[in-house]
Amino acid sequence: MLDPWYVLSGIAVSAAVTWALRAAPFAMLAPLRHSTLLAYVGDRMPVGVMVILAAYTVHDTDLAALASVGPTVLALAVTIGLHLWRGRMTLSIFAGTAVYVAVTSAIGLSG
Amino acid sequence: MQVMESAEVAGAREDARSEVAAGWRTVAPACVAVVPLGLALGVLVVQSGLAWWWAPVLGAVVFAGSMEFLLVGLLAATAPLAQIAVSTLLVNFRHVFYAITFPMHRVGGGWWRAYSTFALTDEAYALTATPDSAGWSRARIISIQAFFHVAWVLCVAIGAGLGSLIPPQVVGLDFAVTALFVVLGIEAYKVRRSVPVSVVALACAIVAALISPANMLLIAMGMFGVAIVCSYLVSVRRSRRA
Repeated sequence: MLDPWYVLSGIAVSAAVTWALRAAPFAMLAPLRHSTLLAYVGDRMPVGVMVILAAYTVHDTDLAALASVGPTVLALAVTIGLHLWRGRMTLSIFAGTAVYVAVTSAIGLSG
Repeated sequence: MQVMESAEVAGAREDARSEVAAGWRTVAPACVAVVPLGLALGVLVVQSGLAWWWAPVLGAVVFAGSMEFLLVGLLAATAPLAQIAVSTLLVNFRHVFYAITFPMHRVGGGWWRAYSTFALTDEAYALTATPDSAGWSRARIISIQAFFHVAWVLCVAIGAGLGSLIPPQVVGLDFAVTALFVVLGIEAYKVRRSVPVSVVALACAIVAALISPANMLLIAMGMFGVAIVCSYLVSVRRSRRA
């Protein structure tokens, strides 16, 4: 059994670093709020950050194995296709995840 | 006078209520999307040998999804606190940039600001990364963050409670996070229709994954940031010449 004080310290350290990263820039950015560079960066960042975060969540996918790439590509196609068609976030996310879980679980059972 | 004042108070309360409702409508899809992920984190906590109640504590106090998954592994392996600090710094460094567009100028009051910075998750950033958000009220912004916080802690707690009931053959629930970011990316694209930005971001992600899979997030975000600043400098020089 893990020492509760160790677990608590670990959680506290991680939480403190996370909060510092989220809060500190507001103090530093205040004088820069009207800079044209920040406006330019802020305007282009959201799309790029989402693309990178999405890529990060699938970066363990083994590109050489069909059992690994297949479900990911299929589920991504369902998510993107449904979202472009209906534009409903909950529906797109649920359907894409359902397809992924169904296919990977089925592969796991047969393999 | 008395009557007018109470009518004003009632009106303000009505406004706040409709703003909280608007916040809920904005955040509801994200709350639904994290259900599988929260359940998965709860299951992981129990499977890692930690007491089940650490799961909601972790969810409530750290409140950074991808880091919490990593942290469970670090704690289970009794990693040194310094390593936990450095890992958190690398995984969550992207949050530094969220201050650029997050509508903090709409959140007045010290405690509200403290909570709002604490709860500035990827999802809170993504949901407010629209031009509209610059005019949102404090009630709407805080309710978006607080509803998401409560939903996350509930899902993690339920996951830890029911952990052993999910058959181990059911795998792949974590795809919900991928789907969430993909959908949020499409929504962000609708605001700023720029194919080059998406292509450059994807290229950064692929190059970073090839350089170092473990530090992919930090390298990709860094390269993407440098690329945007370079393109800004080019556009400034071009407009000066014209």
